[in-house]
Amino acid sequence: MDKNISFTLKIWRQRGPKEQGAFETYHMEDIPGDTSFLEMLDILNEQLVEKGEEPVVFDHDCREGICGMCSLYINGHPHGPATGATTCQIYMRRFSDGDTITVEPWRSAGFPVIRDLMVDRSAYDKIMQAGGYVSVNTGAPQDANAILISKDIADEAMDAASCIGCGACVAACKNGSAMLFVSAKVSQLALLPQGKAEAARRAKAMLSKMDELGFGNCTNTRACEAECPKNVSISNIARLNREFIKAKLAD
Amino acid sequence: MTKIDSKIPEGALAEKWTNYKNHQKLVNPANKRRLDIIVVGTGLAGASAAASLGEMGFKVFNFCIQDSPRRAHSIAAQGGINAAKNYQNDGDSVYRLFYDTIKGGDYRAREANVYRLAEVSNNIIDQCVAQGVPFAREYGGTLANRSFGGAQVSRTFYAKGQTGQQLLLGAYSALSRQVNKGTVKLYTRYEMQNLVIIDGRARGIIARNLVTGKLERFAAHAVVIATGGYGNTYFLSTNAMACNCSAAIECYKKGAYFANPAYVQIHPTCIPVHGDKQSKLTLMSESLRNDGRIWVPKKLEDAKRLQRGEIKGADIPEEDRDYYLERRYPAFGNLVPRDVASRAAKERCDKGYGVNNTGLAVFLDFSEAIGRLGEDVVRQRYGNLFDMYEEITDENPYKTPMMIFPAIHYTMGGIWVDYELQTSIKGLFAIGECNFSDHGANRLGASALMQGLADGYFVLPYTIQNYLADQITVPRFSTDLPEFAAAEKEVSDKIAKLMAIQGKESVDSIHKKLGHVMWEYVGMGRTKEGLTKALSEIKTLKKEFWSNVFIPGKADDMNIELDKALRLSDFLEMGMLIAYDALQREESCGGHFREEHQTEEGEAKRDDANFSYVACWSYQGEDKAPELLKEELNYEFVKVQTRNYKS
Repeated sequence: MDKNISFTLKIWRQRGPKEQGAFETYHMEDIPGDTSFLEMLDILNEQLVEKGEEPVVFDHDCREGICGMCSLYINGHPHGPATGATTCQIYMRRFSDGDTITVEPWRSAGFPVIRDLMVDRSAYDKIMQAGGYVSVNTGAPQDANAILISKDIADEAMDAASCIGCGACVAACKNGSAMLFVSAKVSQLALLPQGKAEAARRAKAMLSKMDELGFGNCTNTRACEAECPKNVSISNIARLNREFIKAKLAD
Repeated sequence: MTKIDSKIPEGALAEKWTNYKNHQKLVNPANKRRLDIIVVGTGLAGASAAASLGEMGFKVFNFCIQDSPRRAHSIAAQGGINAAKNYQNDGDSVYRLFYDTIKGGDYRAREANVYRLAEVSNNIIDQCVAQGVPFAREYGGTLANRSFGGAQVSRTFYAKGQTGQQLLLGAYSALSRQVNKGTVKLYTRYEMQNLVIIDGRARGIIARNLVTGKLERFAAHAVVIATGGYGNTYFLSTNAMACNCSAAIECYKKGAYFANPAYVQIHPTCIPVHGDKQSKLTLMSESLRNDGRIWVPKKLEDAKRLQRGEIKGADIPEEDRDYYLERRYPAFGNLVPRDVASRAAKERCDKGYGVNNTGLAVFLDFSEAIGRLGEDVVRQRYGNLFDMYEEITDENPYKTPMMIFPAIHYTMGGIWVDYELQTSIKGLFAIGECNFSDHGANRLGASALMQGLADGYFVLPYTIQNYLADQITVPRFSTDLPEFAAAEKEVSDKIAKLMAIQGKESVDSIHKKLGHVMWEYVGMGRTKEGLTKALSEIKTLKKEFWSNVFIPGKADDMNIELDKALRLSDFLEMGMLIAYDALQREESCGGHFREEHQTEEGEAKRDDANFSYVACWSYQGEDKAPELLKEELNYEFVKVQTRNYKS
């Protein structure tokens, strides 16, 4: 059985995008180890509400690591101490009695804070809208098995497609670059025959939107790959660069 | 009595949909540009509908409560999507998919709707592949399939354990393309609070901006709700935290019938409840039942020792294990439908054979599969699920059997719709899990994704035109009309009332009490006595909520407690509706099990003579019992039988 632990939380509180924020300190007592990190924040919020205070605002939804809604910098790491897991998949047994746990929002020019730990990630939607799709209307395309795709390619595309759009890569990057996010979508669609026709247009459009929205460039520090909760590989960035250069040379 | 018209087209079963499409009214391209459609929700149904309607040339306003359309809870579906491709040459066909779905739904769905669903299932796979959805493939490059509960063929297409994610991202990419083209305008972090009706037709919505707290008005020629199911009425479920039934309940209060609310799916393979601070339950994909074997000990004393933590599952020898699904249902074994598997687990645990400290868990064991296939193959197939299990429970499922227990997962009931997916309010359509249409009393695995996308890509884009064709001369509406002001005032009054209570209980604490009542009396085994008790307890909780809830902060500001309170006010209505429906349905069918109605072997006993109907509930006003209307189900093509998964 998991032990109960007591610890100190330092949580970033900020009323709005233009207002000054600061850390608030909260003491948590006797939290069971099998409580998830977000359930622990639920407990904190219940306690705050009981005292008549406003709860800490944070994004969360599916709580099983797939919707990409939860964010949080925990002790300096996007999505906390585990590798290959989102914040909602972290359990308190990973922490020790007496710890101080620091919780911050994603910090990046591309993701302004809305309140407390909640940030605005609509820039990701805008990058997707610039070209993250195959231009096919709903209708009657050819039979699914008419396009043969080798298992290796399909698996590689699937690995790239497993990005959940959470923004940890941007939060981890000292340049605030969204290259891992962009490259995951560009790679998935460039690998598959269905996406090849507009691969050049897509790479250029998504990258130029990324630049326009204030994200930085990639300097290969690999911080994004290390913190990605879905282990999306940096080799996708290499593929994006190749796609981009190919597109530029063809211009 | 009001007559319920399901508008099923004439003709042979296989020709109905084609006949409908051949004779329906269409809207020409110039007129499409003059017509606006509101789509609420961006899950598989909502996103696919918004994208398709935008492509066709309508002006679409699409709303979601999350920060991006890609977060809708369809994303969490793991196992797969069914289609009648028969790529495996194992005898599948449109008819067989139709038949399995009707049978799986315990003969409580409309034949014509289900046949159409099976018919378009193949188009969905073609469409998704064309969009670049990376389905699993064989070495030869063709698509791979796996099998799922309730079927004897292999017809489920999948993308690792993340099929819902990949299908939703496909629909999201189609949607993003339309946003870029300007045909769809997105409103993220907005929650629908009310429906606006003008001259008997749905003409707009009132939505709350979740960042500013302000109420905003939106007008259109038609409104589509695609807002998912009501599983979170039970507090603990596999649904995401924000999943709620407010849009559906508000439409119900405005006159849309709510159909079959008692049909709630309890999924057999979830991680058991572990404490009172838990916020949600995690599903382990049904695909695990392909290779995992479900068992409890044969001997009661072994179960007691497991419950006390003295021994582990692996300590119990093979001959002392009771593979109860294989024992009771030899033909389908571990792949019986979800309702059957869930009840069988409850039966064993009720008898004292549960295997964890609460006695509310059974084993899902992979040792035989690991022996047969090797650990690597098992890791390839289910690796991400095993990792997820280990992170949550701190147990390694490659070494010790998983522990699972049933949990609320999906709701077959929903807003009543006719064959055109139109509700009983003209101009209001409901698609996806939010409607009641295709799964009868129980949904088969991998059919939710199929229905969501069928409705959004291939059904609604046709049927909505049949309605809009009559609306081409109707100009756009001003949101200054008195109907909009009145609808907004209803919401602002409700919010003011909630904020004024300033009581002592948090929203969650009342929601947990509601969840407890629902699970205890309106859960897997229901009785007349329990349901009557549930109704009175929910009424008490409703009073408690409206007199003692505490919401901090302000109304016209971001306020996450107010968001939850508004949702809970509708969950309380929903809870009553489920209990009313379960009480009137004096039979057991699919996900609805009345303990008074079972065979000697403990199987569900259906009563076709008296209950072969869709229960449609009509709202009668605050604190009044709803009125029950019946849509008779006529089986013209399939012989209605007792479900048999034994031989």
